Amino acid sequence: MQLTVGPNPFFWKPEAWSGLYDALASAPVQRIVLGELVCSKRLPFYQDRIPAAIETLQAAGKGVAVSSLALITLKRERKLSAELVETGVEVEINDLSMLAYLPQGMAFSVGPLVNVYNEGTLAWLAARGATSICLPPELPLEPVRTLARAGRDLGVAIEVWGHGRVPLAISGRCYHARLHGRTKDNCQFACENDPDGLDVATLDGQDFLAMNGVQTLSDSFACSDHQIEILQEAGVSRLRLSPQTGDFAAICALYRDRIDGKIKRGQIAAALQTRYPGIRLSDGFLTGACGAEWSGASAQS
Amino acid sequence: MPDPSLHLPLCPRLPASALRWLPLVPVSLALTDFARRLAKRHPAMFRRLGGYAQARFILDPTDLPVSMLLEPRGGAPRVHVSRRKLQGDARIAGPLAGLLGMVHGAYDGDALFFSRDLVVEGDTAAVLALRNAIDDAELDLSAEAQAMSGPLSAPVKRLITLTEARTGVALSRHEEDYGW
Amino acid sequence: MVMEIVCPAGTPASLRAAVKAGAHTVYCGFADETNARNFPGLNFDRTEMRDGIAFAHSHGAKVLVAINTFARAGSEPLWHRAIANAESAGADAVILADLGLLAHAASHHPGLRRHLSVQAAAANADMINFYARTFGVKRVVLPRVLSVAEIAAINAETEVETEVFVFGGLCVMAEGRCSLSSYATGQSPNMQGVCSPASHVDYHDDAGALSAKLGGYTIHRVTKGEPAPYPTLCKGCFKADQSTGHQFEDPVSLNAEKLIPQLFKAGVTALKIEGRQRSRAYVAQVVRNFRAAVDAQAAGLPLPEGMLASLTEGQAATAGAYKKTWR
Repeated sequence: MQLTVGPNPFFWKPEAWSGLYDALASAPVQRIVLGELVCSKRLPFYQDRIPAAIETLQAAGKGVAVSSLALITLKRERKLSAELVETGVEVEINDLSMLAYLPQGMAFSVGPLVNVYNEGTLAWLAARGATSICLPPELPLEPVRTLARAGRDLGVAIEVWGHGRVPLAISGRCYHARLHGRTKDNCQFACENDPDGLDVATLDGQDFLAMNGVQTLSDSFACSDHQIEILQEAGVSRLRLSPQTGDFAAICALYRDRIDGKIKRGQIAAALQTRYPGIRLSDGFLTGACGAEWSGASAQS
Repeated sequence: MPDPSLHLPLCPRLPASALRWLPLVPVSLALTDFARRLAKRHPAMFRRLGGYAQARFILDPTDLPVSMLLEPRGGAPRVHVSRRKLQGDARIAGPLAGLLGMVHGAYDGDALFFSRDLVVEGDTAAVLALRNAIDDAELDLSAEAQAMSGPLSAPVKRLITLTEARTGVALSRHEEDYGW
Repeated sequence: MVMEIVCPAGTPASLRAAVKAGAHTVYCGFADETNARNFPGLNFDRTEMRDGIAFAHSHGAKVLVAINTFARAGSEPLWHRAIANAESAGADAVILADLGLLAHAASHHPGLRRHLSVQAAAANADMINFYARTFGVKRVVLPRVLSVAEIAAINAETEVETEVFVFGGLCVMAEGRCSLSSYATGQSPNMQGVCSPASHVDYHDDAGALSAKLGGYTIHRVTKGEPAPYPTLCKGCFKADQSTGHQFEDPVSLNAEKLIPQLFKAGVTALKIEGRQRSRAYVAQVVRNFRAAVDAQAAGLPLPEGMLASLTEGQAATAGAYKKTWR
């Protein structure tokens, strides 16, 4: 099983942004998807750094793709998206609008924010040129199995959300701006101080969600430590890891070691809990009754 | 904050207090018989309940001194009226006018809930299924009662019309005209 | 020209009530996970669908069948059957969201009109035109994230008819792209056709203060005398950064009644009313109200005064994203 690093969903300082990809050049991952996923207003802050990052990663032998936005509405965003297919780098589509811009016959990959729930959709996308599909994070193991089989028959690599706060929703409204009493058009980049998203808790203080501009994520960090074997057995070809602050390359290395059998089941979770005290993990979308569940919880108690 | 309530009519005190002394066993039996006749005429209502046709519903008219356990039992319903607190899978409480008005299409259940005129406890999905099944059946309890009264049909109808006019409670089906 | 009003029907009784109240078009779904209002006690079996469509047609109204969830891998035939059954029942169109189902319908049921569901979240003209070119989609239900100006811009760039929500429940997230519900309850709009399902709701009344939990998470708490919203996740009251409040959306529902003239000018073909989960009493009243409004609009008369406040969630309404400051 290969490792893919997904596009960073958060708004980082340009130096931190470059730092992530410098570190990933020597991390044990095969594929890296970069570019702006969540909000087109963030792009100007680091856009000029993208070509250098791509070059560094390609020179290190990594497969590189650029991500589309998750929600394309404005004229400016449509233009930006149309231009993305002309960069010569593989495109990961995270909004189906991209199909309007991709020339027939051009290979592309499909990100987790595109709804691929069944064989019919998978087959249609494969015929249209999709070579790799990251399934929606809410998909349970059984359909993952079915789609991995279908993907193998069609020559499409099937990827599953393996690590990181789970993208749960995308909106036209910016919640960070709303929290600060501003509108999206006058957001003053309210999201820049939350490089892992802003925690949202219930009235009882129970941790629940995380806001990230127009995106809503889970409070918990998905962790597929307990599912590595079943995913391999299901024929899943790639695991997606989503960036977070701290030594992210080291997190990638944990998953690599776990897949290679160098560390045992439970050791990724243990290492994460040591490095990020208080971190809440989940794997319920794959094998639990709901997304927020964590199989490690029952293992401990 | 303005009072969100829809100001439903309350059951007048006299008939309500009569229920304090009335023997409830015959009332339960009569209502069970009534429910069974309804079931025969509206089998689709029980199909619509699906998995909830075996649930136990407590209907609690808050302006009456009694509450009711309604068991659809897959089409062979049973009704039990009691002055004591009853146990069930779900409880729906509100003024009698609201409960009957919902059955007769005079009120929207969600609107009664938003306005706090209706309180739901326990298995919310069961309540939803019951509400939807009854809503689709387009019941008219007065017409059903008349049909079952045989030769007494005409006086029963007069009594119902009089009670409706006096209390503002919807005892018969409304052609989707509105109580608010 | 009169704008078409597209009205919800969760049951055959609601369908009849909507038609009698003046609905030009009714939308409904089968009683299974093929549609996005798969709630207990709701929807149509095959016979009810056939009879409902016949009733609507005999009154000059159309029926659209919503098959707008995403087919489950390994179980696609259930969704394919729904499309075939809708066609044989005489449906005027099917409302689809799933790429695979659109492709299937276009190739296996070319004579059946296809509408693009709001669950497909087609939020720009390029995407809408792509669906029209590729799958012959004739109408798109626009996501509730667009402003009136953006809707006008879309209509200027496409031949596809547009349908917009004007009343009822309001999604603040892009529809068809939200997993909040399955994160908390395991059941999602995309897969099971439910959001914040009643089976996972728990109300607790504590001396008049009503708490509502969903999947064990407290979504809101209202004091005695405050209107009670349904515990829909995105409209909950949460804490973030020292602030407690409705971080995503207030417990309000949409009422764009007053925007009808602007939506008409923006080139919108049809106005959609949400609420297949509501009673026939609700459906009849809202439909009658909106029919009077579109008739007045077409006749150049002033719109009748609204009277729908008590029907809306938390008894409060918003014009939503149609006004740009909503964002």
